This record gives sequence, structure tokens and C-alpha cells, in this order.
Amino acid sequence: MKRRLTPILLVVGLALLIVAPLGQTDYIKYILSSWLIFAIAAMGLNLTLGYAGQISLAQASFIGIGAYTTALLTLAGVPWIPSMLAAMAVSFLVGLALGFPALRVQGHFLAFVTLAFNTLFYLVARNEDWLTGGPYGLSGMPRPDFWLFDTNQNLPFYYFTLAVFVVAAALMWGIVRSPWGRAFKGLRENPIRAESLGVDTRRITLLAFAIGSAYGGLAGALISPLVQFINPDSFALVQSIRILLMVVVGGAGFFFGPLFGAAMVILLPEFLRFTEGYYLMIYASAVIVLMVFCPSGLIGAGQALRERFRPGHRVRGDMKQGSQL
Amino acid sequence: MSQFLQVFLSGLSTGSIYALAAIGFTLLWQAAQTVNFAQGEFVMLPAFFVLIGIHWLHLPLWLSLIFGLIVAVIVLGLLFKKVVVEPMLPNGGLPLIIATMALSILLKEGTKQFYGAEAQPFPNIFPQTTMTLDGAVISVQDIMNLVVSLGVVVGLTLFLNRTRTGRCMQATAQNPEVAEILGVNVKRMVLYTFLVNAALAALASFLISPIYLAKFSNGETLGLVAFIAAIVGGFNQIRGALVGGLLIGVLDNLTATYVTTEYRAALPLVMLIVIILWRPQGLLGTSEGRQV
Repeated sequence: MKRRLTPILLVVGLALLIVAPLGQTDYIKYILSSWLIFAIAAMGLNLTLGYAGQISLAQASFIGIGAYTTALLTLAGVPWIPSMLAAMAVSFLVGLALGFPALRVQGHFLAFVTLAFNTLFYLVARNEDWLTGGPYGLSGMPRPDFWLFDTNQNLPFYYFTLAVFVVAAALMWGIVRSPWGRAFKGLRENPIRAESLGVDTRRITLLAFAIGSAYGGLAGALISPLVQFINPDSFALVQSIRILLMVVVGGAGFFFGPLFGAAMVILLPEFLRFTEGYYLMIYASAVIVLMVFCPSGLIGAGQALRERFRPGHRVRGDMKQGSQL
Repeated sequence: MSQFLQVFLSGLSTGSIYALAAIGFTLLWQAAQTVNFAQGEFVMLPAFFVLIGIHWLHLPLWLSLIFGLIVAVIVLGLLFKKVVVEPMLPNGGLPLIIATMALSILLKEGTKQFYGAEAQPFPNIFPQTTMTLDGAVISVQDIMNLVVSLGVVVGLTLFLNRTRTGRCMQATAQNPEVAEILGVNVKRMVLYTFLVNAALAALASFLISPIYLAKFSNGETLGLVAFIAAIVGGFNQIRGALVGGLLIGVLDNLTATYVTTEYRAALPLVMLIVIILWRPQGLLGTSEGRQV
């Protein structure tokens, strides 16, 4: 992508995001908010998977951890901002703990460990009624209220989500550009070489998990007031697979990949309503076709079209490592 | 004691069915480095092929079972390899994992659309009688499931170890390049592996559906259990997958009876995490040179 074009595209994109909900029905505003929220979660997973190359099937459980933390705190009367920070902190710490298996195993083994973690989280959320409300979940979480700006309507809530999204994206941009970001990529491309160049791969692996999970927690902190009702089913393994699909379909390792991926998963069903029950089948077939012809996702497909002579080496390297494991 | 025997035997029976799915999973991994996230759906689907045979083609049960087996081998073996796995191989591991996840959604939703979301009754293959042994009530179905599954596993092991084709398949799994040089038709052997996997999944489907009924969402738990069995036992060993399957079946039943029903599903998962961290190659597995 040409450097000079980037800021213009960013401004246009942001303007589109600001205009998008205007004049839409309440339901569409709600869907758009949930798109941005899932984009935040997918952005976190993109850091873990796309940049650092560590597969995780547990992102939904971190959204869950964030959502339950926020719900419990806001229901107890704590304002949203400290609740959100607590949600991120808890997710960060749990993510750090989940990173330890990644120090020992890679590839599909790591996928299974994280998958098991997600299912365990689901079981705990369902069975520990005293904390999580069991299968009935928690409801009636207040929407954040910032004196003059009250998010009880869906339009202000969308702008509130957008603001959080922009801040989160800017932070992520910083992380990806920082020495840490380069270390993440080094870890993905060639862990042994990264290690020999002085990257503390151990710390970087754990960080990749912890930061990715904290983004999951942030998404959870937003889901909780948006839906105002949470139960364990919203954070089951299927949801983690959906988020993984968002990242890969959008383009793992591309900064804006998750935004497009989340659009595919969240917004597309609304456009494909007329197909009724067939939506998921169409979607699944599309994913298989995409994986056959362009494993680096939608953005990768766009790039490959633009630069036909330079196949996506960056992403291929990532895939190659996966195939060896 | 009689209760223990009862619980233990029915655990062995379901465990042996899990083992069939887990063995297929292991074979695919060995021969084609394919981690099949749709394995659960592969076990769910053949039961519906049989139901189609019974309700739409009006075939007798035994013929429907054969029909189901053949369709399963063609669709889940041949087509799966040609349409999904083969074009994806040059792209490496992650896209294939994602594609099999998408495939599992496709199969699940497809079944739901075309056959309905309700659980369909599935005819019993074995008589529903029970017998009493030392005070324990044991169903003949459980015993037959166990006998058939173990028979299939023994047959498969003999096939892989004693026949020329079986040995060629093993050679392909161990070292495709050298196998090719020695004149093994590697592509054909990989295809055989896919067919064997589909057949095993179909058998598991026929044995488990009378117990669980045929339902589009059956694959979710079955697939997870098959992965866990394969990993716990050893990802690169048939007997590992067998032991893993039996172990999970028995432990699952014992936990549900004696410890907690709420967390019965948690035990295999905890076992999985512990095994992966403590012995990534599995209980009986040998570590793979390929990983280094």
C-alpha cells in the first residue's frame, strides 16, 4: 500500500464509520455496534495469531471473562470505565496464564489446549450459579452514562463503541509498530532466528497471548452493556471459531483484516437474510473456496490482485511453519 | 460392585466407538498431516445416509447400512480428499484447519436444512435385551458395540501390518519421499487412508446413533472426544487412539456416576491439557522427528 494514500483512506474510512448508522433502523445500529465490538476481539486475536503466529481458539472465553467481570461490577454500582479496566486486567492475566502452554506446544496442539480452555470456561460459567447466574446468565447491566453523553439509545452507544474502537485500533497500531510488534513477527516467521537475535521469545509469546486476550476482555466490557444480557452460550467454542474465521477470512497478519472479517461474519448475514437458513452454508462454502484460492484472506486476495508479481510471502511463511508442525 | 461393573462396561462400549473416530483421525494425521476438525460431523452424517436409505429408498436395514457406508466412503473419503484437502495442501496447515472448521459448519447446517433439527430415531442394529452377570445388568447392545469396534480395530491393525497395501500405507505415513522412491504409489495410499477414515467414521456413526439418536449437532461433542482420545492416547499410534478412546469412555461414565454430573465434560478436557503439557506425544505415542 502506498504510504501517502494511507492517511486519506483512514479519514475516508472513519467518515464512513461515522455516517454509517445515520438514518438506519435501531436494529441496524445495534448490529453495527456489535460489528465494531467483534472487530476489537478479532483485532486481539489477530495480534496473537496473525502477527505472533500462535493459534488460539479461546478468544470467546476472554470476551466472556470481560463481559462477566464488567457485568458483575456495573451491577454492583461501579462505573463503566473502572469496570472495563478491571475486565481488561483480568483477561490479561488469564491470557498470560494461557500463554504458558504455547511455550511447550505449537500448531494444532495449541489449538486443542485453547479449545479445551474455552470449553472449560463455558462449563464453569454454566455451573457456578452463585457467580455467573448459571444458564440464565446475568441481565439488566446499565449502559455507561458520561454526564452529558448518555448511551441509553443505540445511536450514542454506537458512537461510544466507535470511540473505543478507534482508541483500541490506535493502540494496536502502536503495538504493531513498536519493537514488540517486530518481535511478534519475528516469533511468527522463525522463532529460532528471533531467539538468536536476542528476542526473549518466552516473554514475547506470553505477551502476545496476554495482549490479545485483553482486547477480548475489552470487547466483553462493551458487549455487556450493549446486549444488557449475557449467558454462557454467547461465549461457547462456536463463538471462538467464529472469531478465528473473522481473523483468517479478513486476512491474518493484516492490520485491517479483522475489521473486514468481522463485517463478513456479523454484517453479511443481515444482507443474506433472504436466503434464510442457507446463510451459514453459503458462508461455510465461501470460506472453503477462499482458503483454496487465497489462504491469506480477503485483504490478501486484494493485495494479490494488485501486486500480481509479488505473492504474499509474509503470510506464506506463517503458513509454512504451520504445515511443518 | 455390580454398579461399578455396569458403569465400567457401558463406558468401555461408548469408549470403543470414540476410539473408531479417533483412529480415523490419527490415520489422517499420519498420512496427510490433515487435522480434521470436521471429524465429529463425519461421525454424525453417515447415520443420515442410512435414514435416507430407509425412508426414501425403502431399503431394508442391512442394505441401508451398506448404502450408508458406501455413500459415506465416497462423500467423506473421496470427495473430501479431492475437493477440500487436495487443493489446499500447498497452502499449509492453518488454511486447512480453517477449511475443515468451515466444512463442519457446512455439514451441520446442511443436515439441519435437509433433514430437520429434531433428533431422528435410528433403528437398533442389535437386540435390546439385557443379561445379568454377578448382579450387574449388562445390555447386549453394549457388549456387541464393544465386540464390533474391537473386531474392526484388530482387523485394521492386521490389514496395516500384514498386507502389502497396508504396509505401503504405513510407509507412506512414515516417509512419503522414500516410499515413492521404493515404488509405492503414494497418492493412492493417501487416498486409501481417507477412505478408511470415512469407513471408520461411518461405523462409529452406525454404532452410536441408536444410543444418541441421529441429530445434526451430534458432531460437536463426538468430534471433541475423538480429538481428545487421539491426543491423549498418542497422535501417531493406532493403539494409542484405542486406549485414549476407551479411557475417556470409562472415565466419563465413572465421573458422572461417582463424582459430578455437572463437570463430567470437564474431565476429558483437563486430561487433555495435562497430557499435552506433560507428554505432548500422548500416553503411548512416540515423539515425531518431523516436529523438530
